[in-house]
Amino acid sequence: MKRNVLINLLLLAAVAALAVLPLAIGSGEGKEEPFTGADAQAETAITELAPDYEPWFSSLYEPPSGEIESALFALQAAIGAGFLGYYFGVARTRNKLRPASAGHTAPGRTAASHVVPGSAAGRDAAGPGAPTS
Amino acid sequence: MHIAEGFLPPLHAAAWTVAAAPFVAHGVVRLNRQIKENPEAKLLLGASGAFCFVLSALKIPSVTGSCSHPTGTGLGAILFRPPVMTVLGTITLLFQALLLAHGGITTLGANAFSMAIVGPWAGYGAYTLVRRLGGGLLGAVFAGAFVADLVTYCVTSAQLALAFPDPAGGFTGALTKFGAIFAVTQIPLAVSEGLLTVLVVRLLRSTSAAELIRLRVLKEGQVAS
Repeated sequence: MKRNVLINLLLLAAVAALAVLPLAIGSGEGKEEPFTGADAQAETAITELAPDYEPWFSSLYEPPSGEIESALFALQAAIGAGFLGYYFGVARTRNKLRPASAGHTAPGRTAASHVVPGSAAGRDAAGPGAPTS
Repeated sequence: MHIAEGFLPPLHAAAWTVAAAPFVAHGVVRLNRQIKENPEAKLLLGASGAFCFVLSALKIPSVTGSCSHPTGTGLGAILFRPPVMTVLGTITLLFQALLLAHGGITTLGANAFSMAIVGPWAGYGAYTLVRRLGGGLLGAVFAGAFVADLVTYCVTSAQLALAFPDPAGGFTGALTKFGAIFAVTQIPLAVSEGLLTVLVVRLLRSTSAAELIRLRVLKEGQVAS
């Protein structure tokens, strides 16, 4: 289990190192605009290859500033990361509870016996409405 | 990094849209069937889409001195097969085209063709090949995610080279140019995506083994972690 965690951390460290490496070795040095987007570079290449080409359609909505654009990108990442975190939280909890409820020995039965009073309590909670009818 | 809005001539934009449409339609059918037949996997399906969402939002520097972002399509293609990933990838592209002015509506067909169709299929192919050859799960997952990521941008380069051939070097000349911009930049990012996908599958193996068995990614005997 400990080894598992270590491997996961090493994987994350490797990804971080790969992202930092280009900055550390100065890959962007000597460039007019270091570390621009590849899509912007492609646009430049297009205007070089076809100087007469005019983009014939523009975005329906354009973020009014770089700050707002980065906010929207952060929002996209946050939605994705938030859901992933939720998923692993659910999966991990479900996994932890599974041995107790699926067990066929004593702990399993105690877990099951906990369920019965629980559902009885549920019925009691619904009770107040029942007598009047 | 996708083809920007308006940067494909109308004829090309229309052709790629027509080419991508049947794949997306087929994907919707497969996605609905997947949800109906295996409702327990709905949450994992959402997580695969979420993974694609996160990775597509992360612009990472590369050794070429420019930035690009991974695609996150390898994971869903391996878990749920490429047609389902086609739908999830297209949704991500649509979100970015509408809200972020990243990619575009006119280029959605072309971008979906590269990122949501060819990428996932190539990645799934690489994953299947490694497993058939007796490779382990994680090695195959790395290969699948790496290939899905890199092939996406090779297709993007080819799409642009088709639309804007080099006056001197023709299609190949332009392909070299766009390939240098997209594909070479993408190599370290594809490695990163491979490693992150391996990490997620490792976490899935320890928390969601039953789902992985149901999706036939794991076999009954391989559960021991």
